[in-house]
Amino acid sequence: MFKNYFNDIAYIEVGPVIGLTIFFVFFVVLVYVVIKTDKGFISKMKNMPLNDDELKNQSKKTSTQP
Amino acid sequence: MSIEKFSYDNKIVKYFLLATVVFGVIGMLVGLTIATQIFYPAANFNLPYTTFGRIRPLHTNAVIFAFVGNAMFAGVYYSLQRLLKTRMFSDLLSWINFWGWQIIILAAAITLPLGLTTSKEYAELEWPIDIAIALIWVVFGVNMIGTIIKRRERHMYVAIWFYIATFVTVAILHIFNSFELPISLFKSYSFYAGVQDALVQWWYGHNAVAFFLTTPFLGIMYYYLPKAANRPVYSYKLSIIHFWSLIFIYIWAGPHHLLYTALPNWAQTLGTVFSVMLIAPSWGGMLNGLMTLRGAWDRVREDPVLKFMVVAVTAYGMATFEGPMLSLKNFNAITHFTDWIIGHVHIGGLGWNGFLIFGMAYWLIPRMWQTRLYSTNLANLHFWLGTLGIILYALPLYWGGVVQSLMWKEFTEEGFLMYGNFLETVTKIIPFYVIRLVGGLLYFSGFLIMIYNVVKTMGAGSFLANEEAEAPALEKNVEFKDKGHSILERKPIQFTILTLVAVAIGGIAEIMPTYLIKSNIPTIPSVKPYTPLELQGRDIYIREGCVSCHSQMVRPFRSETERYGEYSKAGEFVYDHPFLWGSRRTGPDLHREGLGNKNAKPHAWHYKHMYDPRITSPGSIMPRYPWLLENSLDASNTADKINAMRTLGVPYQKGYEQIANDDLQAQAKMIADQLNAEEDINTSADKEIIALIAYLQRLGTDINVDK
Repeated sequence: MFKNYFNDIAYIEVGPVIGLTIFFVFFVVLVYVVIKTDKGFISKMKNMPLNDDELKNQSKKTSTQP
Repeated sequence: MSIEKFSYDNKIVKYFLLATVVFGVIGMLVGLTIATQIFYPAANFNLPYTTFGRIRPLHTNAVIFAFVGNAMFAGVYYSLQRLLKTRMFSDLLSWINFWGWQIIILAAAITLPLGLTTSKEYAELEWPIDIAIALIWVVFGVNMIGTIIKRRERHMYVAIWFYIATFVTVAILHIFNSFELPISLFKSYSFYAGVQDALVQWWYGHNAVAFFLTTPFLGIMYYYLPKAANRPVYSYKLSIIHFWSLIFIYIWAGPHHLLYTALPNWAQTLGTVFSVMLIAPSWGGMLNGLMTLRGAWDRVREDPVLKFMVVAVTAYGMATFEGPMLSLKNFNAITHFTDWIIGHVHIGGLGWNGFLIFGMAYWLIPRMWQTRLYSTNLANLHFWLGTLGIILYALPLYWGGVVQSLMWKEFTEEGFLMYGNFLETVTKIIPFYVIRLVGGLLYFSGFLIMIYNVVKTMGAGSFLANEEAEAPALEKNVEFKDKGHSILERKPIQFTILTLVAVAIGGIAEIMPTYLIKSNIPTIPSVKPYTPLELQGRDIYIREGCVSCHSQMVRPFRSETERYGEYSKAGEFVYDHPFLWGSRRTGPDLHREGLGNKNAKPHAWHYKHMYDPRITSPGSIMPRYPWLLENSLDASNTADKINAMRTLGVPYQKGYEQIANDDLQAQAKMIADQLNAEEDINTSADKEIIALIAYLQRLGTDINVDK
């Protein structure tokens, strides 16, 4: 039944295989990009939320960084 | 390098937070009302406007788009300005975003109880509101991207990537799922039919969870959790992998909502595979959140903000483990259509979204009002009431869901259904519904305590509408020698385009085949378009939200074909604009309800059942629909409906619209005559009930001709 329904699309069965392949390539590229990223940059970005608006509220903070 | 002075806009954040609280109360109250109605149907006050089928979408829309949506805007507007060291791009756009969104919510709150609905889950709003949503969403996007462009910080922190993905993907989902053909100001038909409509709808529905309830809140987690814990996120590298994998994989997983349905097998498999893969990025994100607290767990004991956030992230982990498990076909066979799913979404809604919102609010409000939280003890009380509420909410539904499902599937030694009467499986789980209500009440009472606490906090402090800040301007014409992801993080436009590509790949792979299928050519020759009366009856079925409790999808299991009849075929739905497969069986499936099927009932049964379900089915929890017996059918729009359907590809002959009402009246008279032959029924052919009966008696009958 489903096969009849989709018989207009050639090679439909390779769809999921293509999907997984695309993701695998995507993931490998992603890991490569992350490895190539500079450590100093990572550390700067990591701390970004902590240094953004403490001008006004410094005194009100319930705790401070050790 | 010159230091520039500017100010952060806190007022817009305050307004979005207030709207969050107001709509949180409304959304949860409606939730408590329907949770009561489900075991005590008289709690609908016998009014059409407050009946389960109409206000269940009101609850989901209010909680998702009003409570969580406003909180999302509050969280984004606060953090975006600070992470980019600039005020929002345009105050005017901020306020258009705010008031536009509230007007949309108001429109939803009026139209849904009136029964003006497309019936597609979480996309129920009719076409004028859909257009308004698209416009306001674009306003939000322009404001956000404008802010990113005028930033004073070179690189975009991880939270902002999630905000960008939210904007881009929700826009695509909303536009594609809302293709509909208007026939009047508040009535339209879905552009898609049957299988195609189902696939687009659940591509949307699943990714609305992903990109409205998850990605913006992951952004919020990446900003507020480090703030509240006062330590950086555990691994920024992990967050890069988390982000890209999550948005890439999520978009493929929609078909897991349609396992064992008439959806093609390859699409079901695709949905399952990607759902299982999804556990990796989801848990990567959860662990990144929880590990941020390494070495600071002692503070979790003291700080209610962290308590809420830890439970929120844990609930996210639970829900994202459960999701892939529910996507496995063998587990799905038991849980689908049951209350397990309601429990599952509330782990996400109450735990992940709700608790993250509460944590964020307890953190933001003292800061913006420049004071301390009025009472930490009350916040702790809120935390425990909420946590207990979630447990008491979800556990009974898991339990009840499995109990009911196993009862549906149980056979006697002789090979008959053990519980042939569906109602037996409903009355059995009513105690679980009562406990669920208690859970909801606890959660709600905790929320009320929070409102008292923050009102007191606001009263004690003074609100800082414009927070002064200073930062050096971004240098121009700088040469970069960086490698890896940092390049992308300083290029917002390229980043946005890549995000679009990442979500488009899965979207195209999933959706394109359905555009190519010959959906308008019936693959079952005996399947014919609805008669005009049946079409009108179907619109009443849609208006009353019957789909909230009744599926129209008999799955190919022996337990279902024994109970309902032949399993549903894709070719039977080719004229269904929109599809009405449903997602929960509070009542039995109706796809084989029509005449000639094993469960068929006489017209009079339906007439009495709609007047008061307890006449025909003692103990039923279905609400009464007495107004259907009194209201006269508005047949003035029949021609418009026929024309619209023909435009969408339903093969009504040319000129049929002119004689459609003659056919409608003839069929109505026949049904009315049969009803009036009963001693205790006295009706006329122009009542709405006649059209509804015509539709119900048509359901699932087309394939019988073949026999």
